[in-house]
Amino acid sequence: MSKHSNVSPELVQEGERIMRICNACRYCEGFCAVFPAMERRLTFEESDLNYLANLCHNCTECYYACQYAPPQEFELNFPKTLAEIRLETYRKYAWPGMFAELFHKNGLVTGVVTAASMIVVLAVILGSGGPASFLAAHSDVKGAFYAVMSHEAMVVTFGIVAVLIATAFAIGFVRFWKDTEGKAAPAVTPGAFVQALSDTLLLRYLDGAEDGCAYPDETPSNVRRRFHHATFYGFALCFAATAVGTVFHYVLGWEGPPPIPTVASLLGRPGAPQLELLRSLPVILGSLGGIGLLIGPAGLLWLKTRRNSLLVDHRQNGMDAGFLVLLFLASLTGFMLTALRETTFSGPVMVAHLGIVMGLFLTMPYGKFVHGIYRFGALLRNAVEKSTMPTLGSE
Amino acid sequence: MEFSKIYDVLVIGGGNAALCAAISARRSGASVLVLESAPKDFRGGNSRHTRNLRCMHKAPMAVLTDAYTEEEYWEDFMKVTGGMTNEPLARMAIRQSETCMQWMMQQGIRFQPSLGGTLHLSRTNAFFLGGGKALVNALYRTAESLGVEIEYGSEVRELKITDGRFTSALFSRRGFSHEVRAKALVAASGGFQANIPWLKKAWGDVAENFIIRGTPYSNGNILRLLMEQGAKTVGDPTQCHAVAIDARAPRFDGGIITRVDCVSLGIVVNKNAQRFYDEGEDFWPKRYAIWGRLVAGQPDQIGYSIIDSKAMGTFMPPVFPPVEANSIRELAGLLKLDPAALEATVNEFNGAVQPGAFDHAIMDKCATAGLTPPKTNWARRIDKPPFYAYPLRPGITFTYLGVAVNESAKVIMQDDKPSKNIYAAGEIMAGNILGKGYLAGIGMTIGTIFGRIAGEEAARYVKA
Ligand SMILES: Cc1cc2nc3c(=O)[nH]c(=O)nc-3n(C[C@H](O)[C@H](O)[C@H](O)COP(=O)(O)OP(=O)(O)OC[C@H]3O[C@@H](n4cnc5c(N)ncnc54)[C@H](O)[C@@H]3O)c2cc1C
Ligand code: SF4
Ligand code: SF4
Repeated sequence: MSKHSNVSPELVQEGERIMRICNACRYCEGFCAVFPAMERRLTFEESDLNYLANLCHNCTECYYACQYAPPQEFELNFPKTLAEIRLETYRKYAWPGMFAELFHKNGLVTGVVTAASMIVVLAVILGSGGPASFLAAHSDVKGAFYAVMSHEAMVVTFGIVAVLIATAFAIGFVRFWKDTEGKAAPAVTPGAFVQALSDTLLLRYLDGAEDGCAYPDETPSNVRRRFHHATFYGFALCFAATAVGTVFHYVLGWEGPPPIPTVASLLGRPGAPQLELLRSLPVILGSLGGIGLLIGPAGLLWLKTRRNSLLVDHRQNGMDAGFLVLLFLASLTGFMLTALRETTFSGPVMVAHLGIVMGLFLTMPYGKFVHGIYRFGALLRNAVEKSTMPTLGSE
Repeated sequence: MEFSKIYDVLVIGGGNAALCAAISARRSGASVLVLESAPKDFRGGNSRHTRNLRCMHKAPMAVLTDAYTEEEYWEDFMKVTGGMTNEPLARMAIRQSETCMQWMMQQGIRFQPSLGGTLHLSRTNAFFLGGGKALVNALYRTAESLGVEIEYGSEVRELKITDGRFTSALFSRRGFSHEVRAKALVAASGGFQANIPWLKKAWGDVAENFIIRGTPYSNGNILRLLMEQGAKTVGDPTQCHAVAIDARAPRFDGGIITRVDCVSLGIVVNKNAQRFYDEGEDFWPKRYAIWGRLVAGQPDQIGYSIIDSKAMGTFMPPVFPPVEANSIRELAGLLKLDPAALEATVNEFNGAVQPGAFDHAIMDKCATAGLTPPKTNWARRIDKPPFYAYPLRPGITFTYLGVAVNESAKVIMQDDKPSKNIYAAGEIMAGNILGKGYLAGIGMTIGTIFGRIAGEEAARYVKA
């Protein structure tokens, strides 16, 4: 384990203090899952804090509603303290442990990794096809894409990265789960799993009480939830596009990049080439997802600039922004790639796009993306606890 | 604000009553200025510490279960006040409480089902989502969007009143004094509980040991000014809502978290290690409001709630950790009580406990025999270490001495005639309804109803 294997004692102490205050108050319990989960406990150890911190969506309702928020003498900044603990948990659960340090100056790390990825992609292209293929204008639509980078080279590179990432996520998740298990360790039921999945997919607790959360400022609003949905589902659609494309290529043997659908095929006019439409599914999915990935991250970034700075753990700015910028750029260069397919720009744009996508994936286990892994874990634990642990204390 | 302007309605105060008045006056077409003495971060007075209000309802309504009829409300109310109330005003408040929630929701206030651990209140009390500060924030948002002008850090220091007619007020802001004129005044500036010299005048030096649970800004100056200028008063200056809270609480503004809810689960002793009252008289939520006075009556105004480990975890966890020891003697040492005396008190209590089936959810009749004072419910031997103690002090919520008002929330003068254009709402007139005693959630009900009436009536007066 790295030297960051535990959350700092000062932070644990502060976490314990705020939980004690809130547990004696409980006014915020209607906002989200964190407070009811807190009420199932009377004492708070590091593991409890790590769990509760990852259950928090940082909607900041409980800051504005708090009669003890600074400058009141109790100086209770619940969302910010949880955000600080969350960051430490990302380092604690990171695999391999030595990479935990990457959560430091994460914006810089993300930038450097992305730049390095572009260089690697460039090197691979030059190595396989030579400078001529890189700069040539590709007129043949079907061949253009893979003329720049051989399909096999691409699949092997991304395949290895994908396996590593999946391993890092799995180990991180298991570490989170073990850490927060507690003594009782009740088993996960299918019902709890479904509940957690739906809480995650619907961003259930990001809605405050139907009319949204106090984000980016005090007034309840649903805007963050919408941008987050655009980002999440945009990402999911792009992922689906890649998956479908891979199946087409290897299972159905439809080689080459998928065609761009024509208006006729989209409208399904009689006589329109239905097969063409099916073949262009990856493009359709990718485009829809890509739109989500333009709007969502841009919106979330814009909201971040308008946040109350008292509530922000500024050490995380680079990490948050880095991830969102990469998502946005990945989508933008993806669209450019499609648009510029037949021009001399396709080579450089492809290097940019693949480099960004590679950078995005490489930094995934060591950046903002992990919040989703642990949030799901926390929601799962919450769903399990709800049916097995009672609320403690009453008047 | 504009200093040259003559406002239709000036509202003094920035809590629930003040904002309900400001919003309803503005909605009735008046121009409104609110002067709040607290800075913005501390706006909202005691209201920022609240969690619910009590509403009558004939059938299940939004977050309220079942029914809570006017008659039942009235009976509950008579039990706690012993009839020390102005019946027409009290009945009016109870009846109007039925429409409170709806109106509050229209002002952007959100509600939730009763808090975990307070299920017994789900029928009678509607809980604010996020508590009182969220409520206060919503009211300010609404007031601002309607065009109510709000000045923070502005304490009213003088009122110009002639023949029962208000003309202007002097307030101080950032060290400067300003005058503001208005055609009507709504006084919603809270009680005088944060004014320790005044409390001492009423209670004597014992008030030095009182802790003020809420805002430090309610110093009663407006109440005093109105009294000096001929307003009729109601209530007795020692009457107030006072609970026993953790003695380690800050002097002001500690709010809800300083409560100690284990009195009925153990015994309470004074500094001589003697018990002084039946800890199991009734359910704690019905009794917590008498313990402030009880502790205030003990030497040095201190008490100690003592439980054993059987009780741990079965009450709302207090914010301060308990004093903990493995024997009663050791516990006494930590509390600086006479160890022999505490041991004797606990032994005597344990010896008097009769067998029975303990159940904290009902009045279980587990009682002591031959003990003075007795413990009539939930009496269990204190014998399973570790033992725990929480030190208790009187925690003053708000005072009841106030200005007399009529059904239009208009202040009554000493000649029993209503003033021309002065209205009052909230704690500053709560004594009309509450001669003594308290029903959980009625403070906010009084503030909301009389605030609404005061605002509407003031606007109506101005337009007439
Ligand atoms: C910890 C706590 C919990 C409570 N919980 C509940 C509950 O759950 N339900 C319930 O019904 N009641 C509760 N109460 C009681 C409740 O807070 C009051 O009954 C209610 O808030 C009174 O509202 P108000 O507007 O009259 O007074 P406040 O909300 O206290 O407002 C008074 C305002 O006047 C301002 N002010 C004072 N003097 C001046 C001046 N000279 N010039 C300008 N402004 C001035 C103050 O700054 C303050 O903003 C609680 C009280 C406390 C302390
Ligand atoms: S954040 Fe503040 S208001 Fe909310 S539960 Fe905690 S102490 Fe209470
Ligand atoms: S910030 Fe939002 S999600 Fe986090 S604890 Fe507070 S209310 Fe819950």
